[in-house]
Amino acid sequence: MATLEIRDLHVTVEVENGTKEILKGVDLTVKQGETHAIMGPNGSGKSTLAYSVAGHPKYTITQGTVTLDGEDVLEMEVDERARAGMFLAMQYPVEVPGVSVSNFLRTSATAIRGEAPKLRTWVKEVKESMAALQMDPAFAERNVNEGFSGGEKKRHEILQMELLKPKIAILDETDSGLDVDALRVVSEGVNRLRETGTVGTLLITHYTRILRYIKPDFVHVFANGRIAESGGPELADKLEAEGYEAYTKGGVSA
Amino acid sequence: MAEAQNAPKSSTSLGQGGPPSLGSTTAGQIAVAAESTVATRMSAPPSFDVADFPVPHGREEEWRFTPLERLRGLHDGTAVATGGGVKIDIQAPEAVVVETVGRDDARLGKAGVPVDRVAAQAYSAFKEAGVVTVPKETVLTEPIRIAVHGEGGVAYGHQLIELGAFAEAVVVIDHTGDAALAANVDYVLGDGAKLTVVSVQDWDDKAVHVGQHNALIGRDATFKSFVVTFGGDLVRLHPRVTYAGTGGEAELFGLYFTDTGQHQEHRLLVDHNVPHCKSNVVYKGALQGEQAHAVWIGDVLIEAKAEGTDTYEMNRNLVLTDGARVDSVPNLEIETGEIVGAGHASATGRFDDEQLFYLMARGIPQQEARRLVVRGFFAELVQQIGVDDIEERLLVKIDEELEASV
Repeated sequence: MATLEIRDLHVTVEVENGTKEILKGVDLTVKQGETHAIMGPNGSGKSTLAYSVAGHPKYTITQGTVTLDGEDVLEMEVDERARAGMFLAMQYPVEVPGVSVSNFLRTSATAIRGEAPKLRTWVKEVKESMAALQMDPAFAERNVNEGFSGGEKKRHEILQMELLKPKIAILDETDSGLDVDALRVVSEGVNRLRETGTVGTLLITHYTRILRYIKPDFVHVFANGRIAESGGPELADKLEAEGYEAYTKGGVSA
Repeated sequence: MAEAQNAPKSSTSLGQGGPPSLGSTTAGQIAVAAESTVATRMSAPPSFDVADFPVPHGREEEWRFTPLERLRGLHDGTAVATGGGVKIDIQAPEAVVVETVGRDDARLGKAGVPVDRVAAQAYSAFKEAGVVTVPKETVLTEPIRIAVHGEGGVAYGHQLIELGAFAEAVVVIDHTGDAALAANVDYVLGDGAKLTVVSVQDWDDKAVHVGQHNALIGRDATFKSFVVTFGGDLVRLHPRVTYAGTGGEAELFGLYFTDTGQHQEHRLLVDHNVPHCKSNVVYKGALQGEQAHAVWIGDVLIEAKAEGTDTYEMNRNLVLTDGARVDSVPNLEIETGEIVGAGHASATGRFDDEQLFYLMARGIPQQEARRLVVRGFFAELVQQIGVDDIEERLLVKIDEELEASV
């Protein structure tokens, strides 16, 4: 069973007036089949965690380890991490001019699976996934994320997740900017993959709203660059009622 | 009613926190004027005689982007033609007439007059001109191939390609090797003729190539041109189109891949001097490396008498690395409102670290990611060329350029 282990992770980023530490010792274990929600206020470092684990060059790991089934993830290039089974659904997916969605998906699937998927079954696979996410087939001919609405971008991220079938999926604020209908469609997509039991999901969110559609096994409160509290789904209810105030205050005084 | 869509858009995203190392300008304008500024902003009127042009100093509108010191003297009279500057080999199907003629041949110079000093220098200095004629109503099934191979020297040349009425042909002009070449090409299309031209500038690193391509499009004739520039130290081409009768159509496509240190400049003019003609201009360029500089000037002039004109021009640039510079200037001048459509667009985008991260985060290796983006960027143009070996060579060339960069 695939396991992602994050141990004592410290991450810095270059800012205008020097170096700033964003993550200050994160410990987290995500196993295949589990769903973890990471919740926290803006600026707590949730997205930094997602991007650091995926290998974004902006972030510098100063301390700690990240392993996937014992393999050192931090030693891997970004594309190697993806091929090892990691997936990051991005909050702000970027436009890639000149590359159609269909070409992108096929190139990506070829890289991840190690061989080009057979054309006939591939076309069917893509069509079905797109239909399930209520995406227009014409979408496949558009350039990646170019001119996409917020909802289209998120559906496109989840479409990739469904096709690439990662072992560990990190969803970075996938719910932000979505109306209720889009949130439901996107959540159903995530749930389809979760139900296979093959993916460990790390759901990063600011709001509890998405947790009505995607039920987490564990909830972690993220504040001031580390996990401040962990618990079961009931912790989300507490956050819903009380907000993050208790954690942000604690963070400042700590 | 004039229907002008002005959509210049410049999306220049700079690297996170880094200095603004990507140079890029996009200046678009649509002028509705009684008098053409396309003509008046040139420093001298068109002429076949080099003596009618002062030696440029670099601040003239038409020279301000060009590094004159790299022209190897083509602009100031110091470049003297050496025997065997370029070797020209023409392969043509049997029905085609291939000739070499003297300067006084009456067919020369009919498609357009040189508009700058180097074009005039070429016209004043060539000893013999090539003339390729496709007789009327002759429809070729194989391309005419003109191989121009530079052998290190200086050369001035002139080539005429003439299609009789209702003739159809594909011409590939392939430039390779090293030379300092100033040469003009005239395309004369008879009524109803169809000509596709692919001019490939696949020069060695040191080559300098300057030229004016004049197309004169007959009534109901169709001219399709692909200008493909990969090589050379400095390439500066002037594709120009005028119409000899109504119903003419011009499609001007261009691809360039501007590498470290290269200067590649394409200056187009479509002169809608006749009613009811069409033009469509699409030039796309990729740039990478320090001091890579691409210049695109797209002038479209709709004269007062050119009612029913339909025209669109677009330039797109993809900047792959820091240190490259693009100057893109579309310019549309409309002297009549009685037209079908007129528009232009120019955009310079950057393939940046975020895009690379996104593709790599989906398992795609870095090299493959670049190839995907650049091939995708050029695909719509490459696929339209219709000459298989040229299409394949371009794709290989693109891959080679990308591999050299990493």
